[in-house]
Amino acid sequence: MALNQILQYIFSGITVGSIYAFVAIGYNIIYNSTGIINFAQGEFVMLGGMIAYTFSNFMPLLPAIIAAILITAAIGGLIENVFIRRMRKTSVLGMIVITIGLSILIREFALSIWDEQIRALRFFTGNEISSVNILGARISPQVLWVLGVTLVLTAGLYFFLKFTLTGQAMRACSENPTAAKLCGIRTDRMVSLSFMVSAGIGALGGCVVSPLTQTHYAMGSDLAIKGFTVAILGGLGNPMSAVAAGILLGLIEAFSISILPMAYKDVISIIILLIVLVARPSGLFGSRSASALKDY
Amino acid sequence: MKKYLPVMLLAGTVIIIQLLTLITGKGFLLTQLTMSTWYVIAALGLCMVMGYAGQISLGQAGFFAIGGYTTAVLSTIDFSARTGTSVFSFFDSLGLLLTRQTIYGDTVIYLSPWAALIAAILIAGLTAWGLGVPVLKLRGHYLGMATMGFGIIVNRIVVGTKIFGEADGISNVPPFKMFPGFEISGKVGFRVGNYYFAWLVVIIALILLINLINSRAGRALKALHGSEDAADAMGVNTARCKTAVFIIGAVLAAVAGFFMTHYNGGIGPSESSVIKSVRYVSIVAVGGMANIWGTLIMGMLLNFLSLRGVFGHFDDAVFGIILVLMMMFMPDGFIRKEVFYSIKTLFRGKK
Repeated sequence: MALNQILQYIFSGITVGSIYAFVAIGYNIIYNSTGIINFAQGEFVMLGGMIAYTFSNFMPLLPAIIAAILITAAIGGLIENVFIRRMRKTSVLGMIVITIGLSILIREFALSIWDEQIRALRFFTGNEISSVNILGARISPQVLWVLGVTLVLTAGLYFFLKFTLTGQAMRACSENPTAAKLCGIRTDRMVSLSFMVSAGIGALGGCVVSPLTQTHYAMGSDLAIKGFTVAILGGLGNPMSAVAAGILLGLIEAFSISILPMAYKDVISIIILLIVLVARPSGLFGSRSASALKDY
Repeated sequence: MKKYLPVMLLAGTVIIIQLLTLITGKGFLLTQLTMSTWYVIAALGLCMVMGYAGQISLGQAGFFAIGGYTTAVLSTIDFSARTGTSVFSFFDSLGLLLTRQTIYGDTVIYLSPWAALIAAILIAGLTAWGLGVPVLKLRGHYLGMATMGFGIIVNRIVVGTKIFGEADGISNVPPFKMFPGFEISGKVGFRVGNYYFAWLVVIIALILLINLINSRAGRALKALHGSEDAADAMGVNTARCKTAVFIIGAVLAAVAGFFMTHYNGGIGPSESSVIKSVRYVSIVAVGGMANIWGTLIMGMLLNFLSLRGVFGHFDDAVFGIILVLMMMFMPDGFIRKEVFYSIKTLFRGKK
């Protein structure tokens, strides 16, 4: 393989990996505040892309994307308020079942609004054929947008969780909800907020990759399992390492296409998921002893 | 004998339904009833895994597809080009090769579906064992994702591989001639026979499952559902119990997939999709989790309505709504004793 070809694979891997990272960050934020794995996480990405596409037909791109993020975040908050809050006392089995039920409902809802067609948001800069030359590899400027947004999001999330009062309160809730409550933190509000933030992040991801990977009403369940693979690879509960794990999985998938048929791409990442789940459930970057104490 | 009373009642109901369709002249309904019955067998398998042993499985459709595709591949191989090879003479000496005419009048030599049935059971059982031993160590969300991952793997392999017909599936599966005068196929002449045969398989499965539930192993499973650690402490070999029940569930699904494929004359990749697995989960959930009768009744009802097209565009959405509503308002399921009692008191007034 020539250098420019390898670079081409690397860029496409990082792009796909970024979208997995967006989903995985969403998983982690909700998991931290509730202990739930939200199987409907992939649906937020789809909603983001779809809503932004609809709005972009009659307004500029930026407001359309912002509207998509806000609406999806509102849907996330609504889901938490209407369904998850009442379910606090049920079993893990019940939680899995209800989030799966919700993901199907969102998908069918999207199907009846946007039908079966594949849609794509327009390119942020340039169009389908414009490309940037980096060391002989020709890549779409949208790839640079995806990388930039991922970087900004990661840095922003780090800053938010580490330095703002709300972010610190959210972290406190995930460390110990009872203690957080005793300190005067409204834990139920934090749970709502975490659903809104993770839905919003999913929607943002859906918008930036939509020009490259297109948006389809049924894309959610694939993203859900890939995003989960990434969340587990990075260590569940750790949003930052999810970015590294996401890019790693994206690269593995991109290079697997050069060896195996395209159709088996998903098989490889799911086999990685199964191996990691069984052999090292704490993830590549997670602490084993800490994960032994957690309850899945 | 008392525990078999419901089974006898069921057998009676099955006969009455057939007679009703005969009297009203709506014999065509038997086709969808038979198909629902095959789906119900897969749901009964999941009911054991999820309801009784408490292990969530989002990959039941994968095992259904394994059963269906095994026979679809094996019984559509044409051996007439392979006469004289060692494989040919091996199957021939066992009497497993049959001939049939294609619509163009060519003679095709194919493997007996009996061999495919044994292969389907073995492949599903071994896959369940190979998957179950490591994966059933996981709990909760991790187990859910791992089994869902298995289902997606089956789906992707089926869609991406030529011998499985890729996105088109396999459509020219021959009828299964079980014994002279009876075959598993969609032909109108065998409609009533197939209906009774499907119910015969259900009743055999039910008797086996009822015996299992009321045995020592069944009580161990219930203990496992309650608390895995407590069951472990009481001396239950939890790992073995879970794997065993997972294999039983997988084999039931594979058998269902096998017969469904011969009944329909084909199978497509949608049988292995995540949404199909979720349907089985919602049937078990609405039937009351640890309740094979609830699963049977709701499975028949929902599958029949879905196959009749009653839900229209909202076919999948109905199953999603069921999951959400059940978990919110009736986490113990719809078919259970308390519901009957509360209906009773509704009519009699409170004591």
